[in-house]
Amino acid sequence: MTDIELELRRRAPAPDRLPDITETAASAGLVDVAYATLDSPVGTLLLATTPQGLVRLAYLNDDEATVLEELSDKVSPRILAAPRRLDEPRRELDQYFAGRRREFQIPLDWRLTRGFTRRVLQATANVPYGVTTTYKQVATEAGNGLAFRAAGNALGSNPIPIVVPCHRILHSGGGLGGYTGGVERKRVLLGVEGYSGLKQP
Amino acid sequence: MLDAHGPDVHRFLVASVGRVDADDCYQETWMAALRAYPRLRDASNLRSWIFTVAHRKVIDHARARRRVAVPVGDVPETPAIATSPALEPDDDLWAYVRELPPKQRTALALRYVADAGYDEISAVMGTSEDAARRNVHEALKRLRTEYRP
Repeated sequence: MTDIELELRRRAPAPDRLPDITETAASAGLVDVAYATLDSPVGTLLLATTPQGLVRLAYLNDDEATVLEELSDKVSPRILAAPRRLDEPRRELDQYFAGRRREFQIPLDWRLTRGFTRRVLQATANVPYGVTTTYKQVATEAGNGLAFRAAGNALGSNPIPIVVPCHRILHSGGGLGGYTGGVERKRVLLGVEGYSGLKQP
Repeated sequence: MLDAHGPDVHRFLVASVGRVDADDCYQETWMAALRAYPRLRDASNLRSWIFTVAHRKVIDHARARRRVAVPVGDVPETPAIATSPALEPDDDLWAYVRELPPKQRTALALRYVADAGYDEISAVMGTSEDAARRNVHEALKRLRTEYRP
C-alpha cells in the first residue's frame, strides 16, 4: 500500500451519529414490522408489531438476531427497531407485570399461526386472568378434544406468549406442563396473576 | 441490514458528498432501499446492493446541485452558504477527492472508506473490474501529483 492510500484510509470519515430514519420510514408506510425490547420479571422480551397488531413476543436468550431473521422470513424483511411504535404494548405489559392489568387491549396479528394451531391459541386467548384450564379443554374448544397432544404443540409454538396466555394451560392432573420460555417463567407468570393452585414441584 | 451496513453507508456518503449533505442522502438511500426491498430478488449480497442505492443517491445529489447552481456575474470570494467549522470538520484530502471526476471519487470512497474490493466496486458502479481498477488507479495518480496538503 502506498503513502496516499494510507492517508485516504487514515483520514476517511469517522463513524458518526446516524440520522434516525425510523419515523420517516414508518410514516411513509415503508416499515412492515416495528420492534422493540422490554425488560420484565421474566427476562428481556422482544415485541414486534405490524400495522395490524402485535405479531410476535419472544423471550430473548441472546438470540435477537434469530428472532428478527424469522420475522424477516415469515412476515417481511422491512423490519426496523422503532420503540415508539411499541409504546402501547410495552405500557400494557408493564402494567400487567405490576399486577395492575388483567386484560390486554392491544390488537393482535395472528398471521404467524394457521389452522388448528390458530384455533387453539384463539381459544387460549379467552382464558381469563388468574384462571387455568387444560390442554384437553382448549383442544375441545378448537374443535377436536382428542387432539390434546397437538394442542400442546400448538401452545408450544405460540408466537405471542403472555398476551396469548398459554401459561394458563396446565395438565389435567394439575401439573404445570411445559412452556415455551421454560417452566420457571410459567410459574412466575401464574404467580403475577395470583394463581395459587399449583402443586408444589 | 440497517445495523449491519448503516455506519459504512453513512461514512461512504460523507466522503462522497460532504458531511452537510450526507444525512439527507442517507435518509433517501434507506427510503429507496425500503421501497425496493419487496421486489428484491437476489438477496445474496445486500451490502453491494445498498451501496448501489447509495451510489445512485450521490449521482442524484450531484444532478440536483447542478440544477440549482445558477451562473452569476460576480463570483463571491466566500461561499454564499457559510458552513460553520463545527458542522463541517471535513478532511481536506477527502474534500479534494470530491472534486475528482465522479467515477474516480466513488471508486475511492468505496475502496478506502467502505473497504470494498474491486469486484464489489464494479458491482456497485456497474462497470467491469478493470474499469474499477482504472478509476482507483487514475484517482490515486492525480492525488499524488496534484494534491498538496
